[in-house]
Amino acid sequence: MASGARVTVEGWGWRHAGRRLPAVSDLDLTIEPGQRVLLVGASGAGKSTTLAGIAGLLGGSDEGDQTGRILVDGRPPELQRGRIGMVLQDPDAQLVMSTVGDDAAFGCENLGLPREEIWARVRRGLAQVGLELGLDHPTTRLSGGQKQRLALAGVLAMGPGLIILDEPTANLDPDGIAEVRAAVEHVLEVTGATLIVVEHRTTVWSGLVDRVVALGVGGEGVVADGPPARVFAEDGAALEAAGLWIPGSVSPCPRADAVDLGGPALRLDDLAVARERRGPVVRSGITRSVRFGEAVGITGANGTGKSTLALTLAGLLPEAAGAVLASDELRAGAGPRPSRWRSTQLLTRIGTVFQDPEHQFVTSRVRDELAVGLRALAIDRVRVDERVDELLARLRLDALADANPFTLSGGQKRRLSVATLLATSPRIIVLDEPTFGQDRRSWGDLVTLLQQMRAEGGTIVSVTHDAEYLQALGDTVWHLGSVSERSAA
Amino acid sequence: MSAGAGAGVGANTDAAAGTAADAGAPTAGRDESAAGRHDPAPARVAPLRRVNPVTLLVIAVILSVPMLATLDPVSAGVAVALELALVPATGVPWRTLGRRLVPVVVFIPVAALSMLLYGTPGGQEYWHFGIAVVTENSVNQSVAISVRVLALGLPTILLFSGVDPTRLADGLAQVARLPSRFVIGALAGVRMMSLFVDDWRSMTLARRARGLGDHGVLRRSLSMAFVLLVFAVRRGTKLATAMEARGFGAFPTRSWARSSRLGVADPVAVAVALAIMAVSLGASIALGTFRFVGS
Repeated sequence: MASGARVTVEGWGWRHAGRRLPAVSDLDLTIEPGQRVLLVGASGAGKSTTLAGIAGLLGGSDEGDQTGRILVDGRPPELQRGRIGMVLQDPDAQLVMSTVGDDAAFGCENLGLPREEIWARVRRGLAQVGLELGLDHPTTRLSGGQKQRLALAGVLAMGPGLIILDEPTANLDPDGIAEVRAAVEHVLEVTGATLIVVEHRTTVWSGLVDRVVALGVGGEGVVADGPPARVFAEDGAALEAAGLWIPGSVSPCPRADAVDLGGPALRLDDLAVARERRGPVVRSGITRSVRFGEAVGITGANGTGKSTLALTLAGLLPEAAGAVLASDELRAGAGPRPSRWRSTQLLTRIGTVFQDPEHQFVTSRVRDELAVGLRALAIDRVRVDERVDELLARLRLDALADANPFTLSGGQKRRLSVATLLATSPRIIVLDEPTFGQDRRSWGDLVTLLQQMRAEGGTIVSVTHDAEYLQALGDTVWHLGSVSERSAA
Repeated sequence: MSAGAGAGVGANTDAAAGTAADAGAPTAGRDESAAGRHDPAPARVAPLRRVNPVTLLVIAVILSVPMLATLDPVSAGVAVALELALVPATGVPWRTLGRRLVPVVVFIPVAALSMLLYGTPGGQEYWHFGIAVVTENSVNQSVAISVRVLALGLPTILLFSGVDPTRLADGLAQVARLPSRFVIGALAGVRMMSLFVDDWRSMTLARRARGLGDHGVLRRSLSMAFVLLVFAVRRGTKLATAMEARGFGAFPTRSWARSSRLGVADPVAVAVALAIMAVSLGASIALGTFRFVGS
């Protein structure tokens, strides 16, 4: 097996074509063979650009301007493809083939290896990440954690000396995070490869890495460098301010004061849910209720039907069997079943925030985006403008009023998707994995906002894996899997 | 892979079948004769499924071009009858065939009616209204076009039902020698389709959640199609990066984990296709109904 690669970054900088300022400038960094490095920094510090540079994925001079140089084992990374393996953040974006075996073999094929050798390496790679489902297992049926392990196996089969992980667990549930971390740990022990990993939730990796390197914003270069314990102790406060979760971080939004619950809002009566009309039932026999002012957290492993339940409860998917019934107070003149309500009837009663904010953007300006629901309710222009201005100010989006929603940062998109729903003041808000991929700062913004709504009497139902989030916004936890209810007090 | 099923005949088991193969088991599943798909082959593989997908493309041409060249009910009728007789050899279950034929059958009356009303007038005139004239000639053409639509649709369904895109790509690259960049790119694109289906579903629900679900299906679909295009470009860019990170395009030659070759089944299948066309055109000439389009 290949041994670890040495990485040298010498006065390196990169300016993306068409940008005025460089994403990274004057960076110096040497990583010894076999070292395990956690690379951290605020958003905008150029972590991803640096990783792409080390992986040789930035492209040529038409993609941007380079200064200085990066060498992997003494040669430019573009000439060291087989020595460098990279796993990206989005599990869906990096699957190339439709079966586990074919996908793991893809990198080896590109290296031009003989067929027998490819399959031997594929078997070994899959065994090393503990993914022994069979070579013909379809990749579409893998969980997020399994997909990331498959990507890792495909990289391993290429026999790299340097493994680069770009937020590999940001989109995963706790089981998936544990799987990927264990796989990486095993792989490093077996191969002795050098590791560079970027992640906001540093706790996942702090026990595994032997060095933490923090990048500053605005071309400051390396602002902290050393063993994890020392860096977290000496620079912890600065790292937290930059948006990181470090070991021992306290949640920025502690548990809110208990609120008095109001009357019944929704009742789930022997409910069965399915992702599609007449599609297979993913969960059945759900009998629960939600009261006004309650904050419900729905948790459970992948594939237990959490999102489907949330979308059904929100009146977006029809019930497969049983019923979701709205109380008289929630109905306010509409029919008994939210799934039969008109789209505009939902607006003031139940609002939904989707896992991917982009799925719910329908206009090309932030300001218009906030007005969509109000216009659908045929509210007059002047009042719409007032309400939109108020929301822009409250959610600190005023500077972005004319921006295209698709161009916002991850945290801004999330805030906007919540704001669009606040515009029409629904009594109940349903959120699907609202904190996926958010750094600590945007996490804090979001949870604070939801806690405010709560304090104003709002009802919140969230699908989440996030323990800190449940602390802040889960009076009642519905754990799917065991289907037992417990109080999180 | 069981002996016999794949040996000597090229790229060859039905890949859509199994998921149960054990990666750890000491199988010979990756050697040349096994042709690369990994599941233990089902006990009986339909003869057509042993044919290389590239050959299937050639057969599709053989079976359709003559059907486009002549316009008579006999040749098309004989071809349809022969193809139906061969259904068991294709491995396509009758039920699947029935389901996939629905769109073809729906299209037939459309084609038939336009021929009936606007076909070349000739012979006895039965009815007319404005420029629409129903004549003996147009009735014949209408019948001929109905059978012809079936004669074009049926073989396409039979040939390509259950063809694994991966096998097709392997064949295009290794047998037809198309550039691997093009073939792999197209294959990765096909795989992304399922993500777009999910995107579309989420966007539909999101529009309902945002108060836009009550009216204007057409306008809504158009705007969603535009957003989907944005997603497609973005996903494509990400996927290209992921592929590049795994060395795609970095080396002058690429090897193939699955072999795709031609075997005995391929010439046999081509011969059968040629025979079907010979018999159907022969029957038509013998009965004097053969007629070139436009003559």
